[in-house]
Amino acid sequence: MTAARRALPALVLAGLFALQFVLGDYDHTNMARILVLACFAVGYNIAFGMTGLLSLGHAMFFAAGLYGAGFSAELGGVAPPAALAAGTACGLVLALAVGLVALRTSGVAFMIVTLMFAQACFLTILHFNELTRGDEGFVIAETARRFALAGVVLDAADPTVRYNAALALFALAYGAYLALARSRVGRVLVGIRENEDRVRMLGYDPYRYRLFALTLSGALAGLAGAAYALLFAYVGATFATTQYSIYPLLWVLLGGAGTALGPLVGTGVMFVLVDRLSGITSSYLMLVGLALILLVVLFPKGILGTVGQRRARNRS
Amino acid sequence: MTLLATRGLGKSFGGLEAVRGVSLDVAEGEVRAIIGPNGAGKSTLVGMVAGRTRPSAGTIAFAGRDVTALPAWRRVRLGIAYTFQITSVFSGLTCRDNVALAAQHGDRRDRDERIAVALRRVGLADAVARTASALSYGHRRLLEVAMGLALAPRLLIMDEPTQGLAEGEIDGLCRLVRALRTETTVLLIEHNMAVVMALADRITVLDRGAVLAEGPPAAVRADAAVRAAYLGA
Repeated sequence: MTAARRALPALVLAGLFALQFVLGDYDHTNMARILVLACFAVGYNIAFGMTGLLSLGHAMFFAAGLYGAGFSAELGGVAPPAALAAGTACGLVLALAVGLVALRTSGVAFMIVTLMFAQACFLTILHFNELTRGDEGFVIAETARRFALAGVVLDAADPTVRYNAALALFALAYGAYLALARSRVGRVLVGIRENEDRVRMLGYDPYRYRLFALTLSGALAGLAGAAYALLFAYVGATFATTQYSIYPLLWVLLGGAGTALGPLVGTGVMFVLVDRLSGITSSYLMLVGLALILLVVLFPKGILGTVGQRRARNRS
Repeated sequence: MTLLATRGLGKSFGGLEAVRGVSLDVAEGEVRAIIGPNGAGKSTLVGMVAGRTRPSAGTIAFAGRDVTALPAWRRVRLGIAYTFQITSVFSGLTCRDNVALAAQHGDRRDRDERIAVALRRVGLADAVARTASALSYGHRRLLEVAMGLALAPRLLIMDEPTQGLAEGEIDGLCRLVRALRTETTVLLIEHNMAVVMALADRITVLDRGAVLAEGPPAAVRADAAVRAAYLGA
C-alpha cells in the first residue's frame, strides 16, 4: 500500500469537515443528509459488496433504527445519545433475528425472504397506527433533541451540530468498514462472496460469517436510521417502504460495490441527481433512471470500482 | 497407528450406488493412492471423507473419533484438508490472500512465515502479490495445493493434483508429496500411473463403487483382476 493510499481516509474526512465552511445553507443540510444516508449505504455494502448478500429488505433495519430512536426520544424522554444507541440496537437485533431465518436460504430465495420480512415490518408499522402514526409519521419535539455533552448543551436542530454529528457517524461507519476489510474476518467474508464452497473447505462455517456480516450491516443501517430521526426530527413509515431497500442497493452499485468510499460517492451522486433534476421537471425519476442506466453501462463496477480497475490496468 | 478408518461406507444417488461398503484403513504417515476407472466412485469416496458428501451408509473415524456427522468445516479444523479436482481458488484475490485464508486459523505471529513457506514449497514464491486469475492453469493448481498445505493438515486429500500440469510441474509435485511424508498423511486420487507407482505406499483399487484390490504398488500391479478391470494389460 502506498503512503497516499494509507492517508486517503484521513484526507477524505478532513475534506468532508472542511466542506461545511464552503457550502451554502441549503447544500449544508443536504450534505448532512447524504452523510447519514451514506452510513446506511456503508452498512449495506458490508452485506452486499463485501459478503455478496443481496438483501432487498434493508429498509426494515433503517426503520428499526428510526423508530427505536424516535420512540426513545419522543415517548421515553431519553437523551439523544442514548436514543441513538437504542436505535442502533434495534437495527442490530432485528438483523440478527431476520438473519437466523433468512440466511438458511441464498441467492434469489434470500432476496425474496428479506423482501417479505421488510414488507411485514412495513405493514406492522401501519398496523400499530396509533403508536407509529403510520404513513403520516411524527415529528420529534425540539426539546427531545437537546442534550449536554461534556457540559456543553447541544441542539440536534443546529446546522453545525447536525453536520458534524452526521460526519462523526459516517466516520465511524467508514472506519468500521476499513477495519473489517483489513481483518481476518473481512478476508473470510470476501472469500464467501467469491467462492463459498472453498471457504467451507478451508474450515470456516459460512453461515456464521454471513450472520455476523448481516448483523453488523443491520446495526449500521439502524445507526443511520436513528441518526436520521434525531437529526432531521421526522419518523414515518415511508422509510420502511421497498423504495428504501432499493436505494442502498443503487447507491452501492453506483459508487462501487465492495469499495470503502463507493457508498458515499454513490449516495452523493444519486442525491444530487434527484435534487437537481426535481427542480427542472416533475418527471425527474425518469431522468434519474436514465442517468443510472448510463452510469451502469459506462461504469459496470460502479464509479470507484471502475476507477480502481483502470488504475490497476495502467499499473500492470 | 490408523489415522483414517471407514467402515461399510456407501453412497447412492437415486438408484445408482456410487460407492458400496468401502472399508478403508489409512495409517498415519502413509501415502495412499486410490485408483480406478472413471465412474468407479473415487471422488465420491473422498468427498464423504472430507464431508462434502453425506454418506448413505457406514461410518468414518478420524484419529479415533467418529466424524460421520460432522460438517465439512469442522473436519477441516480437525485436520482433514481437501484440494479440489476442479481448481477452486479465489480468482479475485492475490496468491498471498488465497493462502492467508488457509493459514489464518493458526498462530497470528508466524502467519506470514507460514504463508511464504506454503507458496515456496509449491514453487509460487514469486507470485505472492499476483492475482490468482492472472496465473496459468497449472499454477492455479499449485496454488490450490499451497492452500491445502497452509492448513497444516494431518490428512491431505488430493483429488487429481497432476491434472493439467506440465511435465516439469509434475516432477515438482512428486518431490513435494515425498517431502510431505514426514508431516502429513496423503490420500491421493490420481490417473497418472507413473505418479501413483512412484509415490504411493499402498494402493486401493476401486471398481464400480467397491474395493477391488489393495496393497503395495508391486502387488497391485501384479494383480490379475486389477489388470483386467483397469490397467487393461
